[in-house]
Amino acid sequence: MNRSFVVRNPSVLIFLVLLSLFTLVVTILSEGFGVGLLSTSFVKVLGKTLCLCLIAIAMDLIWGYAGILSLGHFAFFGLGGYMIGMWLMYERTRQIVENALSEGVLPPTPEEISTGIGNQIFGVVGSSDFPLIWAFADSLVLQLAFVVLVPGLLALVFGWLAFRSRVTGVYLSILTQAMTLGLSLYLFQNASGLRGNNGLSGLQNLPGVTAPQSVVSLWFFWASALALGLGYLLVAWVVSGKFGSVIRGIRDNEARVRFLGYSVETYKLAVFTLTACISGIAGALYYPQAGIINPAEVAPIASIYLAVWVAIGGRGRLYGAVIGTAFVSLVSSWFTGGQAPDIDLGFYAIKWVDWWLVLLGLSFVLVTLYAPGGISSFVDKLAGKTMEADR
Amino acid sequence: MKSLLLAMCLVLSLPNGALAQSPTVQDLLQSQRALIEKSSRRTIGPAIDALVASGLPQMQNVLEAWQAKGMWQRKGDGFFFAARKNDDGTFILQDFEDGADVATVSSAEIKQLKPNSGVRAMIATALVRFQLTDTDITKRADALDSISRDPEAALLAPLRASIEGETDPDILARKVRLERLMTMAYDTDVPSRVAAINDMSGDLGVDFRATLNPILSTSRVVSPTAPDGNIAREVIVGSDALTHSAAYALLVAAGGAPVEITADARDTTLEAHIDGGRIAGFPVAQLSSEAVRDQAYDALVTRGLAPPRVTQTDIDASLASYRFFDVYDDPSPAVTSAAEAALAASETRVAFGQAADLGLDALSLASIYFLAAIGLAITFGVMGVINMAHGEFIMMGAYTGFVVQQYVPNHTASILLAVPLAFAVTFGAGVTLERLVVRRLYHRPLETLLATFGVSIALQQLAKNIFGTQARPLTSPSWLDGAWVINDVVAISYIRIAIFILALLFLALFLFIMKRTRLGLETRAVTQNPRMAASMGINPDRVNMLTFGLGSGIAGIAGVAIGLFAKVTSEMGSDYIVQSFMTVVVGGVGNIWGTLAGAAMIGGFQKGVEWLNPSNTLAAQTYMIIFIIIFIQFRPRGIIALKGRAAGD
Repeated sequence: MNRSFVVRNPSVLIFLVLLSLFTLVVTILSEGFGVGLLSTSFVKVLGKTLCLCLIAIAMDLIWGYAGILSLGHFAFFGLGGYMIGMWLMYERTRQIVENALSEGVLPPTPEEISTGIGNQIFGVVGSSDFPLIWAFADSLVLQLAFVVLVPGLLALVFGWLAFRSRVTGVYLSILTQAMTLGLSLYLFQNASGLRGNNGLSGLQNLPGVTAPQSVVSLWFFWASALALGLGYLLVAWVVSGKFGSVIRGIRDNEARVRFLGYSVETYKLAVFTLTACISGIAGALYYPQAGIINPAEVAPIASIYLAVWVAIGGRGRLYGAVIGTAFVSLVSSWFTGGQAPDIDLGFYAIKWVDWWLVLLGLSFVLVTLYAPGGISSFVDKLAGKTMEADR
Repeated sequence: MKSLLLAMCLVLSLPNGALAQSPTVQDLLQSQRALIEKSSRRTIGPAIDALVASGLPQMQNVLEAWQAKGMWQRKGDGFFFAARKNDDGTFILQDFEDGADVATVSSAEIKQLKPNSGVRAMIATALVRFQLTDTDITKRADALDSISRDPEAALLAPLRASIEGETDPDILARKVRLERLMTMAYDTDVPSRVAAINDMSGDLGVDFRATLNPILSTSRVVSPTAPDGNIAREVIVGSDALTHSAAYALLVAAGGAPVEITADARDTTLEAHIDGGRIAGFPVAQLSSEAVRDQAYDALVTRGLAPPRVTQTDIDASLASYRFFDVYDDPSPAVTSAAEAALAASETRVAFGQAADLGLDALSLASIYFLAAIGLAITFGVMGVINMAHGEFIMMGAYTGFVVQQYVPNHTASILLAVPLAFAVTFGAGVTLERLVVRRLYHRPLETLLATFGVSIALQQLAKNIFGTQARPLTSPSWLDGAWVINDVVAISYIRIAIFILALLFLALFLFIMKRTRLGLETRAVTQNPRMAASMGINPDRVNMLTFGLGSGIAGIAGVAIGLFAKVTSEMGSDYIVQSFMTVVVGGVGNIWGTLAGAAMIGGFQKGVEWLNPSNTLAAQTYMIIFIIIFIQFRPRGIIALKGRAAGD
């Protein structure tokens, strides 16, 4: 990353400064280290929103820059969450089981500990044996590696299959949707080894950490902000170079890029896999803050919402993805949290809990129809920039 | 008073007079009087048997009256009568022998016999043999039901006897079948049992298999040598049928080996012998592995403080000196081998039947997918518009059906009304969507996808706000209830047949509209080349609008059909949308036959996987999706791909 990269992209610098300021302000206002104006649960909401912004950047890279509308990126997000969740759950259960067993007369044997953990984790699905995929759950380093490797590998295999047979456009969208549906159906089975529809729970408790949640939530908030900042920097760097020009070329005219001698499939596969890895990291940071992950999280609808956020924010601009995601998900939690005032029409009271999705759906139609550039096109107008071609 | 006395004398003299010739009903009842008066389930058996054994035809009336609490005993002499109540509270007694009125008495003079439910059940069993020859056909059928529900060796003879005089062919067939089944199970003569089993070998009936299974029941015997009796097979220790631990447990239960000391028992013993932080010299803190615990326990054993551990060597040695056999409970080898052969033959045929049943299931699932996808085949397949709200049109159709049923209580009429109404509603919705949204996005297919998704979540939430989150029933007309039962294995519900027929109708309708009508011609022209079509005088806007409306309308009708067998909820559309898109994509875009092939393939594949792994539809769907993803590799344009310029991107 040389100087000219930042100079050529002042928006990156502005974004990073704003993100740092935001992190600082939240820290000062938090309960853990500051004046306590922001509740711990709200800090978690903000931290989760930062993770969603990170996957939105990945989505913007694959859709806004490479023109591939993936409706399956939440599969990678969920996988990342599952990978870190396995370690969190295993390690915490191990400590609980060891504490419980050490109260017995005889010191526990390794077999007893292993059976105890198995019973604790898999009792809900009527089993006590560790499935093969939990073989490395005791190793934080390996599970952290899996956060990147498993989504990356799935993306690599799926993308290789899809791109080499030249599945494009809406067909690819439907295929990615099928992928995430297949994954969620698979995870819903008890036999999947990931506790079926119970999912993994208790992830907010870090093993071996006695600090209160108000502090832990800030740690995760900082980690999320750091990941978002680094992710933004990485993606901005990727799209600013020659690689970025080629994938924009693929978006605008795939055949022409292919005729120019570029291996279109390799570029697409690289972008698809890179974004999957970023999504996995985002998920691994998100679910410890959410506390629970279950197969419903990777249902197709989640990935469509991701596309919605990016589209509302404005495709083809990284800050657009961030703005759209932060705006929609925060407004959404404001409306569905019951804080928005109801509108009493006299004959009918509009409760936003019920009507928010209708409003969101319709406003989404309106944005698509009348403001294809999304919210960030207004930012561009303020900045006096002309809109980039994004079709 | 005088006349009454006279009458009583007359009545009294009647049975006594008859006694001289042959025992009357009253004689028999009197001979069992003590048992009948104090009837209880445990003691009444001999009395009922004696009454039935008399063979008197009137006994049926006696037993029926008794069972219905219609038998009364006169306190004066202890005689039993049927009785009916007069308006003035007195009773008219009737003799069981000939049904003649005997006397009129006050309620104080007689006592009603009230058999408890246990006794009534035994009377019912006894009555069955009378009912087998009853003149009333429903009573005979009831008797057969009762026997097949609760077969009993004693009923075999009366059943056989009743076959001769049976006139009704249906009842006769049932009697003969039941007689064969009961012969297998209860006859004392081995050759006739074998003959009965061989007669019915390969039969598909559940009752046949249910009769064979108890004949083939076995018990497991542990013995050093082959035991006496009808041995089914020797069970090898370590096979799937008998694991080592199960075999050892059997051996222990049979007293052939000492009880194994489990890890828990060992630990309990160890804990009981903690002495100053040590167990048999081992510090407690060191006992953190299985091996050390075993050593500590062995040390306890050498001190005589615990029973010795049964080691794996001991277990193997014990098991080696015994053999394990499954012995048939039925002593006759001829019968059991015939039954094994018959069951095997049945199971082969049942497997074929199940395959046929699976085929029907797959067909009906394919019809459902086809129904859900056919509207999409028009909007997506022909027009190339990704309509994510398609599932919500299905839901709208189903809710239309629900609303119609609230106003039209007759189910047949309401369904007939709901189908055109659902079409109208969703046609209107489709046209509106096309005019307001889709039209502006024809050149941006990915954005159509997102915009219609917005419509989809709005419609879904709207339905939730209007109809609530609970599932609403859409009741099918009564003539669609039930199933077409081909035999005990193959059956298909009428609703699924109706959906299959509906799918065929839609196929025909689609083909007719596309190939034979002006709209179809114009649609095909506009899809191939809108500008050229426009210059030929076709209005592409109007054609697109109508085509989109048609596709949506068909989705609405499909919604009514799907709502009939699945509950109507606001989320029902999203259950079908991904599958519908896959059906169209797998089949090949732009070709209705492709959609049909896609639906057949997906339905068939899913049912096939379900068959391999029953009780797990989730796995079936997962594998189906993996299969589709791989299938797309080999035929990216679907099963039936359009050729030429029309297939362009």
